[in-house]
Amino acid sequence: MSEIACDIKGLRKAFGPNQVLRGINLTLPSGAVTVLMGANGAGKSTLVKVLCGIHQADAGEVSLFGTRFAPANPRDAFRAGIVTVHQSINDGVAPELDVASNLMLDRLPAMSGFFLSDRAIRREARKIAEGMQLGVDVRTPVSALGVADRQMIAIARAMAHEPKVLILDEPTSSLSASEADRLFALIDRLRDTGVAILYISHRMSDIRRIADRIVSMRDGEISGTFEGEALDYEGAVTAMLGHRMTEVDVNVGAQGAPVLQLNGVALSEGGADLTLTAHRSEVVAIAGLLGSGKTKLAAVLFGLTQPAAGAMTLDGAAYAPRSAAEAIRRGVHMCPKDRASNGVIPDFDITNNLTVPFFARHSALSMLSRRRQRRATEAMVDTLGVVCQSAADDILTLSGGNQQKVMVGRWLSQPCKLLVLDEPFQGVDIQARRDIGAHIRATSDQRATIVFVAEIDEALEIADRILVLNEEALVGEHRNENIDLAPLMAQISGQSAAQLGI
Amino acid sequence: MNDAQKIRDFAIRYGFLLLLFGLVLYFSFAAQGFAGARSAVFVFQSVAITGILALGVTCTLVVDGFDLSIGSVATSSLMMSAYFMVVLEQSAVVAVLACLVMGAFVGLINGLLIVKMRVPDLLATLGMMFLLIGLQRIPTEGRSVATGMTLPDGSTAEGTFSAGFLWLGRHRFDVFIENLIPVPVIIFILVGVLIWVFLELTRHGRLMYAIGSNERASALAGANVTGYKVAAYMISGVTASIGGILLAARLGRGDIASGNNLLLDSVAAALIGFAVLGAAKPNAFGTAIGALFVGVLLQGLTMMNAPYYTQDFVKGGVLVVALVFTFALSGRGRRGGH
Repeated sequence: MSEIACDIKGLRKAFGPNQVLRGINLTLPSGAVTVLMGANGAGKSTLVKVLCGIHQADAGEVSLFGTRFAPANPRDAFRAGIVTVHQSINDGVAPELDVASNLMLDRLPAMSGFFLSDRAIRREARKIAEGMQLGVDVRTPVSALGVADRQMIAIARAMAHEPKVLILDEPTSSLSASEADRLFALIDRLRDTGVAILYISHRMSDIRRIADRIVSMRDGEISGTFEGEALDYEGAVTAMLGHRMTEVDVNVGAQGAPVLQLNGVALSEGGADLTLTAHRSEVVAIAGLLGSGKTKLAAVLFGLTQPAAGAMTLDGAAYAPRSAAEAIRRGVHMCPKDRASNGVIPDFDITNNLTVPFFARHSALSMLSRRRQRRATEAMVDTLGVVCQSAADDILTLSGGNQQKVMVGRWLSQPCKLLVLDEPFQGVDIQARRDIGAHIRATSDQRATIVFVAEIDEALEIADRILVLNEEALVGEHRNENIDLAPLMAQISGQSAAQLGI
Repeated sequence: MNDAQKIRDFAIRYGFLLLLFGLVLYFSFAAQGFAGARSAVFVFQSVAITGILALGVTCTLVVDGFDLSIGSVATSSLMMSAYFMVVLEQSAVVAVLACLVMGAFVGLINGLLIVKMRVPDLLATLGMMFLLIGLQRIPTEGRSVATGMTLPDGSTAEGTFSAGFLWLGRHRFDVFIENLIPVPVIIFILVGVLIWVFLELTRHGRLMYAIGSNERASALAGANVTGYKVAAYMISGVTASIGGILLAARLGRGDIASGNNLLLDSVAAALIGFAVLGAAKPNAFGTAIGALFVGVLLQGLTMMNAPYYTQDFVKGGVLVVALVFTFALSGRGRRGGH
């Protein structure tokens, strides 16, 4: 590999007490695609934000071709030759304008004269478009284009500045297969021109297609670097998901009666059939990478979306909820992932946050009984060990782990038939994770429990049974006793048994 | 918590109430005749209709919405009640019921536009405002409604405002002093208590606050977000039509030019309410206090011979101070719900 374009040494970044980057060492060679993998909360986006000048590092240094580089804002980074295409593509284009104006957007402020010459803009834009082989008419309004073309335009505009480092943050997350192919062709051409590319993705198919090197990130550190002729994909996934010997022992219990049954449920049109059963007094962990269908499955279980095919039963009766309210009435509770946007009511105190789904059960003639709310809350605060002054504290005064305890406590405070927890350990410290996990296991004999997890340790700490989801299909099932991790990891990363020779 | 922090917290919590108390004291000494039951009732009466509208808009603010159409709903209700009695010669009961139904219906349409058609709240209710301002003029060809007016077909309107209807706007109950408290003030207090109980004590109100704070999380907790949002706009429509009815009853005619200031005054009262008790969020008690605050200030200044044209300036000043209280001092605005 050629020259090192970007060299990162000992980069650290913390938000308050929360250490997000704990000394990142990373090099980006010119003319190569470095894929960065990492689970939610590993610190990928923080790393990108430091590189493109949105955040400033607390310690460590970045050098570009040997010169020290510490951008104070995104403009600095841009001028220095680091160009980022963010995940949400509409940040990169102005949809109301035509392609030509979009391609020339960065140059408009620097143009001379008061009036614009549309012809000159189009001429320049056409040059860029041809250089990048965009194949769209520069007079088309961007709003008329598909996601892929918009993405190409954002990249093309960035390329017009001849960047040295191009960062692509999950660029294929909203692209179809053929659209992604066009993007890859573009990336191939850019690689040939000697640009250092940092590509963030979880899709194994993408990674196989374009990666020259893979870097795995975990808990704010680089946990593995893989390069060479034959890339070790499984090693990369293992490094990303991590597995430290966990200190929590799980005694796999006996299964009770079946509670939830999925019969041939397809998460999207033409998707694979999912058939599974969750039993009473059993904790089922469903593991899978981002985009493996975990969130879609959780949404189906809670009535937020309807499955494309198949049927579900709950305690033997047909179960096809049309809304969250109906799911709750039927006795299915779900603690959604990403508590900040899906869980926490920021204006409420702990008591109201914990009881919000069950106001009806805490009120008489519609009048809320603060005493009843309080009693339910204090019980949960005690059992889960929420660290707070009182149950009347504002939720935002709590730490992330304690907020998450309140979110989980919300759904544990009332009995249910099926408890679904979507990534309950996201952004939670190890102690909170143990507390929550222990309580879920301790009370699991009263219901069936399904936990969607991002990391293997979490599944090993909490589950009786581990199911693996890949590309919306169930590809593995393991009893949580003396698990052989190799096939589990292989299933998660989507390699068939035949490939591995198992 | 150190002393500076304590003083600051105290100021945020009670500052506005203390300011109100201080104003009352000041005017009692400075303005001849300010202190007294009649004067106090006059303040209440001057803010009753605005206050009722403000309580309705508070409900829409609670669900993180906004209703710009309240002023025009009130004037439509004013015109409609007059039209029903004077032109259609209906009874007071029919007129009042028709206005309330109209208010609820407008609220329903606003809610559906916002929830189902995904029109942003400000735009939907702005559109509705224009539509109603125009609509209320069509049946009378742009003229005010009064007994004896000439109708578009050349005949004369024979109906009259019934005594029962006028009672709503003009009757005064005897409380210690004869003819003291007017009906609109009673209705203002009644609506205020109802909305306060609904928002603060019932689970429906609490869920509306949850929706305003984090809509997605509330939906995932099983709240009927669509229903509550539409309900908020319907409450706002009904309270606005009540305001219009009381205005009609006070004026005794369907005056096309009345109620111009209703929207701005009531929105200001609701926003001033954010600062009361350091709530930093829409709340019924604050809204009522906000309306009274403006009323006291204007009454006091008027009695001290401040010219009428300074009134809007004063209201604007109060609003800006209240908003600074809410957002800068308490620091709650910054964490911004979402």
